[in-house]
Order: sequence, then structure tokens, then C-alpha cells
Amino acid sequence: MPRIPLGSTIEAIIDFLVTHFSFLTIAFTRIMENVIRYLENGLLFLPPWLFIVIVAGITFWLTRKWGIALFTLLGLLLIWNMGLWVATISTITLVLIATLTALSIGVPIGILAALNNGVNRVVQPILDVMQTMPAFVYLIPAIPFFGLGKVAAIFATVIFSMPPAIRLTCLGIQQVPRELVECADAFGSNKWQKLFKLQLPLATPTIMAGVNQTVMLGLSMVVIAAMIGARGLGGEVWRAIQRLQMGSGFEAGIGIVIVAIILDRVLQHVGTKKR
Amino acid sequence: MSETKKEPKIRVDHLTKIFGSHSQEALEMLQNGVGKDEILEKTGCGVGVSDASFTVHEGEIVVVMGLSGSGKSTLVRCINRLIEPTAGQIFIDDQDITSLTSDELRHIRLTKLGMVFQNFALFPHRTVCQNAEYGLEIQGLASSKRREKAMVALEQVGLKGWEDHYPVNLSGGMQQRVGLARALALDPDILLMDEAFSALDPLIRSDMQDELINLQNKMRKTIVFISHDLDEALKLGDRLVLMKDGAIVQIGTAEQILTNPADDYVARFVENVDMTKVLTAESVMVKPKAMVMLSAHGPKSALRFMQKEQVSQIFVYDREHKVIGLVTADAASEAVQRHETELHHIMQTDFVSVVPDTPAADLIPIMANLPYPLPVVGPDGKLKGVVIRGSLLAALAERGRKNNA
Repeated sequence: MPRIPLGSTIEAIIDFLVTHFSFLTIAFTRIMENVIRYLENGLLFLPPWLFIVIVAGITFWLTRKWGIALFTLLGLLLIWNMGLWVATISTITLVLIATLTALSIGVPIGILAALNNGVNRVVQPILDVMQTMPAFVYLIPAIPFFGLGKVAAIFATVIFSMPPAIRLTCLGIQQVPRELVECADAFGSNKWQKLFKLQLPLATPTIMAGVNQTVMLGLSMVVIAAMIGARGLGGEVWRAIQRLQMGSGFEAGIGIVIVAIILDRVLQHVGTKKR
Repeated sequence: MSETKKEPKIRVDHLTKIFGSHSQEALEMLQNGVGKDEILEKTGCGVGVSDASFTVHEGEIVVVMGLSGSGKSTLVRCINRLIEPTAGQIFIDDQDITSLTSDELRHIRLTKLGMVFQNFALFPHRTVCQNAEYGLEIQGLASSKRREKAMVALEQVGLKGWEDHYPVNLSGGMQQRVGLARALALDPDILLMDEAFSALDPLIRSDMQDELINLQNKMRKTIVFISHDLDEALKLGDRLVLMKDGAIVQIGTAEQILTNPADDYVARFVENVDMTKVLTAESVMVKPKAMVMLSAHGPKSALRFMQKEQVSQIFVYDREHKVIGLVTADAASEAVQRHETELHHIMQTDFVSVVPDTPAADLIPIMANLPYPLPVVGPDGKLKGVVIRGSLLAALAERGRKNNA
């Protein structure tokens, strides 16, 4: 029985895309690398202690919880103390860019899928594939398009972290009670008015849960993406694995956990604050 | 209810709604007289409303009534096209709603058609006032103007002082007042009320019904009210539309439907009604057996009439046939003995009377100690009939027997 050439077909397609379009993606990479560098430098411009105080202040302002602010303060101080400050900033920058990109693509797709059955039917199976495909697989095609480094990492992260943003945006809008949608219609609202005055406000908590998931997935992917040269905290872990340095591996791991907890708590509160 | 030959405000003309993807096929079957169940079996389509026609006049409350699943909610949603009709037409002020583009339709919904929902459908993320403002906001009114209008509407429904609360903090009755205010703020000609009070406790519901009647007395809106509660329908409706299985089975005033149900279904539907609230003096009165004319008859002829008909009193009318008093047999025979020839002196002019649409329930206390039959006098002053204890009880018993049969 002949073997179905699935893998070689995909390879051929990607080869074709790479030969014809990689000049564009590589140019894009050069620009993005600069953006990332400026952003990192901007965040590193402040002395760490000042940055930490400001971030702790912002978390308090967003959550109104002393506990979370204190955890932020102590957690970030610990990271600084472990000598992981630059790596952490680098990781946060990547997560920031990747999740903002993922959200700005994912949320509109989620809205479209919720409002249009046809879109929904196309999107759902794609999402299933995206979510079950092992994360590492995304790293492979990222390299020929974007080269080794941070931009490839961002590309893989965006794809990996986007599904929950789409799914939960869609779910949030579909969960708006039918009678309320009917009511908005009965009062002569057009599509946009219905979306912005009713569906999005009511879907916000669910959408924020999606944002939270996207950020968390983004963080985990950015760490994995250290394998293709994303550096940051993941890079520290990766180096520790290669050199079998258990201590510094755990230190970097703890740093990731601290960043994850801070992001999660803050985002949860932003999502549920409005009643 | 106006008797004038005005064009109706809403005219629903052979409206049919079929749910499902083979609706045209199902429509043909329906028009060929195929039953609802068979259509469902063969095409997978559900018949929501089947060939419904009725009119609603300006300032009238029409209650569409039926059990759940009878198609009444579908029918009302077809009027503002929240549900697209499959066939038939709907006219509002002679404008065919079914042929409007979506922009025109939105304009009509905004200007003419207010809607109140069963479960209130308040927007939970908006305050009471912002909810009431919703339609005005869609209209694009400036925020100060719309707050002003919304506040007037909230005041109308007795919610002043609650404008900055969120719906979640209000009781069911108050939430529905917000729903009503939201519709009223737009000052629409027509209110569509879909089981608006069904989700409320009985006492609150009754209050809201009274309030709606009060408001309606001031505003004279055209109201289509959906209800499954017959008592509510009788209380609110100028006319009732009774639905079964998507089709209209009877249209008429409460009394027409109760005293003359079109079929067994209607009869069963109405059997538990407290008849004393529905029957009126007019429907339980009997023809007066005899009357005398003041200028033409004297005590002697009055006495003879009474003896002939075996009654102990007789009503007296004047030249214009207005009832002006009554004469008892005792007074007449005394006058005959005194050889008097006129009724003037012996006529009682301070008699109790009722108008034709007095509910039967109100007749019972009036008649308790009345020594003569209760005269029913029309607005023109003429005697329409009399209610005697026997006829009242007979009418009530008659209905009771029919219902238990």
C-alpha cells in the first residue's frame, strides 16, 4: 500500500512559501527585532527597584488587594535578587507583544464566529487542531520564516495562545440571553449598537477569562520557545537543562511562576471587578 | 371601545409562520388543509401561527390568549418582525410591515412599536435610568435630553428615586416597571406586551394590571397584550383573541366569548371564570313585563296591567320614553279608591337603577334589600330591562351547569 504523502506535502507547501515569501517575513523580522529591543530597553531604563515599586503600585490600583501588591513586591525583589532581572524583562516583553497580537486577532475572530454561523463552522475545527497540536510543532516552521530568535518565538506563541481568546469571546457573546438580544432588536438597534451596547459588555467577564488564558498560554510558550533562541527566563531554564544545573534551573522556574501568578491575579481581578 | 369605522391601527392579514427549512413546502400543505402533526412528520416543520387575521383599533387593548405553545408569542413577534412571517401581511397605519427593508423596519420599531418582555429583559450592566434611556440612545438623542425623557417615563411608572440602582437590586414588580418605562420613554403608538406580568406574584401582578389600566386611561396607546391567564385577559382586554395550535379560534369581547364560546376548546378554557365578574346587568336582565306612560295612563290602567302580569309594581315612562318612576300596586289601588286619575302623586321618583354594563357581582348587594326589580337604564334614559333575583341566579346557574357538563 502506498504511503499517503501528508508530511512531504506539508513540507512542499512550506518550502514553497519560504522560497517565495520569506523575504517579506525576514524583513518583518528585522523591524520586529528592533521594536522588541526598544521595548526591552525602555523597560530596563528604570532602575529595577523603582520599576518594582511602580508595578506593585499598579497591581494594587487594579486589584485593591494588599496581598497581591505585597506578593508582587516581594516576588519581583526575589527575581532581582536572583540576578534574573534582565531575563524576566525580556520574557515579559515577549509575552506582552505576543498576547497583544493574539488578542487583537483572536477577539475579532471570536466576535465574527459568534455572530456568523458560517465563520463559526470554519473556525471551530481549526481551533481544535491548533489546541491539540503539540506546541513544539509550531516552532519548526517559525524558523525558516522568521529565523532563529525572538520573532519566531512570538509567531509560535501567537498561534499557540490564540485559541482561548477566540473560543471564550465567541462563548461570551453566545451566552448573552436570547431575550436581551431580542429586546435590543425590538428597540431598533443595529448590529454595531447591539454589539457594543449589549453583547460585548455582557461578554466581558468571559472574554477576560479568555485573555487570562491567552496570557498564561503565552507565558508557557515563550518559555518553550527558548529552544529556538527566545532567551529570557526560558533561556535560563534551557541552559540549566543542558548543563544539568539543578539550582539555577529551579531559580529560573520560580521566576516564571512569580510572573505567572502576578499576571493571573491581576487579570482575574480586571475581569470580575465590573458588575 | 370606539364604534367608529376608523381604519384599524394594526391589521394582521392571513399571517402564517412556519418554523423549519422546508417552510414553503409546509405552507402549501397547510393551505391544502393538512394537519399540523402531519406537516411536522412529513417536512420537519413546525407550524407556529396558521392563517391568523385580526385587527386592533387605536387606543384599544387586545389580549391574545391561549395556552403555552398556542403560537401567541410567535404571533406578537411577527408584528414587529422579531420573527419573520412565512406568509401573510401585517399593516400598521396602513403600512405593510412585511415589505419593509431592515432600515425602515428599525425606524418603525424605534418610533411606533414599544415592547415589554415576559422576563423583563433588562440590561443588567445598565442602571434603571440607562435601561429606560436605551431606545432614546439608539435614536441618537443627546444624553441630557434622553435622561430627561427617561426620568419622565420612570416617574409615570412610580420609580422616581430608583434611577441610579441596578436592575438586580429591584424586585420583580419594579423590574417590570423599568421594562414598561423603557418602552414608554419612546412614546410609541403601540405597545406589544409579551406575557408582561406572567412572571410576577399574583398580588404584584394584580397591582401592575391596575397600573396599566390607569396609565392606559391617560395615554390611550394601542396595546397588544399576550397572556395565558384568562382573568388577566378579562381584566385588561377590550377584546380578546383566543388561539389554539397556532390558529385563532375566537375573537370578541370578554362577554361574547364567555357567554357564547365558539367551540368546546374555548368553553373549556373559560370554564373556571368567576361569572359574576364577567356577566353584566345587560346579559342577565329580562324584558319588563309592563310599563305605563305618565301622560296616557292613570292608576286604574296601571293596576290592571299589574294584575294581568301579576307583578306588584310598574315603571312609568314619559313622552320621550325615559323612565321617570315606579308605581306600586298598593299605591295604585288606594288612588283608585280615592278616584284619582293621575299617576303624578303616587309615583316614586327616587328609585335605584344601574347602567347596562354593571358587573353582575355588583348587582347582588344592590338587589339584596330592594323591594322592586332592578331597572337597567341606558345612557339615553330609556328602560332596557329589569334584573329580577330569579333571572340573575338563573343566568349564573346556567353558566355553571354548562361548565360542569
